[in-house]
Amino acid sequence: MAQAATQQPQMGGSSPRNRAARWAKNPIVRRLGKAVLTIFIAVTLSFFLIRLMPSNPIQVYITQLISTFGLSYQEASNMASSLFSIDLDRPVVLQYVDYLANLAKGQLGKSLISNGTPVTAMIGEFLPWTLFSVGTALFISFTLGTLLGMTMAYKRGTPLDHALTTFASIMSSIPNYIVAILVLIFLGVQWKLVPVTAMRGSLSPGVVPGFTWEFFSDAFFHAFMPILTYVLTTVGNWMLMMKNSTLSALGEDYVTVARARGLRDRTITLSYVGRNAILPLFTNLAISIGFIIGGAALIETIFVYKGIGWILLTSINQRDYPVMQGVFLCITVSVVLSNLLAEILYSRLDPRIRVPGSDN
Amino acid sequence: MSVQLQKSQPLELTKQYLTAIFVNPIRYIARNRAGFVGCCVLTFLLLLSFIGPYLVPLDTQARIDKIYSPPSWDHPLGTDSEGKDVLSQIVNGGRDVLIVAFLSGLITTLIAAPLGAISAFFGGKVDALITTVADIVLTIPQIPLLLVIAAVIRFNNVYMLAFILGITSWPGLLRAVRSQVLSIKEKDYVEAARLLDLGTGHIIFREILPNMMGYVAIAFILATTAAVYAQVGLILFGLVPLSGHNWGVMINLAWVRGAIFFKDSIWYIMAPVTAIVLFQWSMVTFTRSLEEIFNPSLRSGD
Repeated sequence: MAQAATQQPQMGGSSPRNRAARWAKNPIVRRLGKAVLTIFIAVTLSFFLIRLMPSNPIQVYITQLISTFGLSYQEASNMASSLFSIDLDRPVVLQYVDYLANLAKGQLGKSLISNGTPVTAMIGEFLPWTLFSVGTALFISFTLGTLLGMTMAYKRGTPLDHALTTFASIMSSIPNYIVAILVLIFLGVQWKLVPVTAMRGSLSPGVVPGFTWEFFSDAFFHAFMPILTYVLTTVGNWMLMMKNSTLSALGEDYVTVARARGLRDRTITLSYVGRNAILPLFTNLAISIGFIIGGAALIETIFVYKGIGWILLTSINQRDYPVMQGVFLCITVSVVLSNLLAEILYSRLDPRIRVPGSDN
Repeated sequence: MSVQLQKSQPLELTKQYLTAIFVNPIRYIARNRAGFVGCCVLTFLLLLSFIGPYLVPLDTQARIDKIYSPPSWDHPLGTDSEGKDVLSQIVNGGRDVLIVAFLSGLITTLIAAPLGAISAFFGGKVDALITTVADIVLTIPQIPLLLVIAAVIRFNNVYMLAFILGITSWPGLLRAVRSQVLSIKEKDYVEAARLLDLGTGHIIFREILPNMMGYVAIAFILATTAAVYAQVGLILFGLVPLSGHNWGVMINLAWVRGAIFFKDSIWYIMAPVTAIVLFQWSMVTFTRSLEEIFNPSLRSGD
């Protein structure tokens, strides 16, 4: 693809090579290519990390099987290879090819601990909760942050602005797991405002998913503390960014012109300043999504919220490598996809911004 | 004449920086009130962590009659689950965290700053290659990657941890440095140097880098805070078996021993939490003072 991209467009226009070159220049195709490459590298990394490390987890598992169940080496090795869905007798490179082929078929191996459960089934069970809590939190903090940021810009220099700026700069410098611990300590233990232990898990026992009030309220009840933490830790950044971007939009000529035309303040605020000020924030949305989903591993573990991050840490602590591998891939794929979505959304929203990489 | 000009300009700049850094730093730093407070807190924490251990030895004596006691004259920050003094743990627990953070920040900066500058300066295929690699490393979520690495590799020492943190966190910084160099590249004095045909080396090291110093210093500080974030996160969940006492291990112990759910232990937990938050906050705030020192156009009239 890189070669095709450097091809000069030739005269005449429709030879296959030329068409390939034009495809390669298409920003969305480029992005897709980069996304696929990223996922491929994550796959490779996770495979070789587990296979080639000095303390080879598969070897450790085999010796463990031999010592605890008294199996022969061959039996233990067969069992391990069926759980990892890897044929251990073949050379590492071929094992890698097999691993890729299995991935393409959607097979991620089986859990070592909860015997035989396919990793894909576990991901299907836990991923929706992470997407739900992170998505809701991102929506709330983006909306709240932009509104507060605009308010700060319009009321700049007032005590309100100073108070909010201080709040935002402090909140954006505290690590999110520390905020989570503080939320747990103060809301749950010291002031006893929320029932911490009842809020663990992602749903109460007996509640079935469906379009019922009971289900939705229960889902929010369990997600309350993770969402609160994500909002608290990200809202500060949105506020500061929106304040700066509103201030620079306010200085633009079109705002002065709109004022001179006698447009109402409300119209100017919303459709002239707000719209243009919010655009630069979308580039940060992509980075922010990755950061929150990545950090979810720590936050979910603190609140015992049973999402994909919780299962990642649990599988690491239980040395359940197939699950760890699969979940790591799943997290990477969700981050890559949400980045892709945010970038495409951004280039649709702002026609002025050309796609980075295509402007040489 | 022209030779005079191109030689004296970087010299002048260097002189300005030296003045700003050594001759009268307090005057510059004090211009930004928040930055000044940040600088004071930072100095205090550094003194506490690097000189404090010689004054306050680590308390290893268990006192079963004083478990999780609130602050008192004997124990200004209370005691832990074994009745040991918390203040001595805070004083002795900063050094490892800060060394890892600074080392990893340094590694991040050493990778990101030259690569970012090269990428922006040469453009074309070099730029495309470097930014693509950076984008890929940036997209793979750092905390899960670190968790997976920590599950397979045992981090036996401080340097190993700093190295892993450094090589997983450079891309964000690289992007920032690249865009900064891109904007400097278009400045008139660089254009002039190019017209004078002064050579790539001269342009990079004498024209662009001196103007990047402040920016790189700020980037280094931000990389350090990011390293503290990742490092304490790993320690908190017991994935980095660093021995001894540090702020992360203190929170980890509070977590493992269930102290978080024990009402009286609030003083014990709040001590390391406050130390980490203060460090992060003071570093971020300190960058504002640095911004004003290195970027005179930001200085307000007063």
